[in-house]
Amino acid sequence: MQVEINGKSRVFVAGGSILALLMEFEIDPRLVVVERNREIVRRDDLDRVEVEDGDRFEIVQFVGGG
Amino acid sequence: MKDERIDSLDGLDPLVIADRSFSSRLIVGTGKYRSHAETVEAIRASGAEMVTVAVRRVDLDASNQESLLHHLDPNEFFLLPNTAGCFTAEDAVRYARLGRETGLSSWVKLEVIGDQETLLPDTEALLEATRILTAEGFTVLPYTNDDLITALRLEDAGAAAVMPLASPIGSGLGLLNPLNIRLLKSRLSVPVIVDAGVGTASDACLTMEQGVDGILMNTALAAAQRPVLMASAMRLAVKAGRSAYMAGRMPTREWAVPSSPSTGMLD
Repeated sequence: MQVEINGKSRVFVAGGSILALLMEFEIDPRLVVVERNREIVRRDDLDRVEVEDGDRFEIVQFVGGG
Repeated sequence: MKDERIDSLDGLDPLVIADRSFSSRLIVGTGKYRSHAETVEAIRASGAEMVTVAVRRVDLDASNQESLLHHLDPNEFFLLPNTAGCFTAEDAVRYARLGRETGLSSWVKLEVIGDQETLLPDTEALLEATRILTAEGFTVLPYTNDDLITALRLEDAGAAAVMPLASPIGSGLGLLNPLNIRLLKSRLSVPVIVDAGVGTASDACLTMEQGVDGILMNTALAAAQRPVLMASAMRLAVKAGRSAYMAGRMPTREWAVPSSPSTGMLD
């Protein structure tokens, strides 16, 4: 299915939960925070929330900053 | 600190913000270093316990991107997410919420920038975001200018500390208005942490001598030719400035006063 991640269109081949989406893109769920359609998804819910076609995700992490 | 012969404040003079106590009055950023390894070495040399980080998109196209969190152990350092780069209260609140969701703490270094060129704060939006985040249970540390009225309003809005600039972010110009910083410190009940503008050790020392509670810096370390050595210098400078303030400096006068007795001289 087609989703948008960090402003770019992406194909989520396997389908399933947000956790599965992170796995497909080789992202360690412990190091990121996920927003789905502008709503933060709690870490405990990553494997419970099903990704839907057209979902828009922001996946962020801590980087160096002042 | 009743002992007048005390020769060190080590372990006696913690920085207390909200419900937390820090042994170091120096807070450092993690931006602009050449590597994650250098970042961590510099932070250790600085002695800082509180360390700021930014929230940014993961780059899906960069393979094997190493996360900063692989190098910065949250058990060793207290990570303070910032809202750097935000130009509206709404954006700053969004970034703060994302930072909190990492599960490390509900503290935020709040920045709402009003002008791209000077990176000076939008104080109106800063106040608005402070109110929203305080109501949501955040411990809010807002970066602001050295204006007393704004600082008092931030305190009223629930800020856990107020963080006025010494000079513009990344400028290294040092403390431009010690008078205003002293004024803020004398009028606020919450800690005053000078954030931004310190360039070298003497700037840090002079800033601490004004009686403020701490300093937050990033570029002064990261942009030094030897960041780890500069971090060590800053650790000493903050300690020296704080100790000098607590020691109570001698009064200045315009002309000389002899240090040796004026009596008992030979004929």
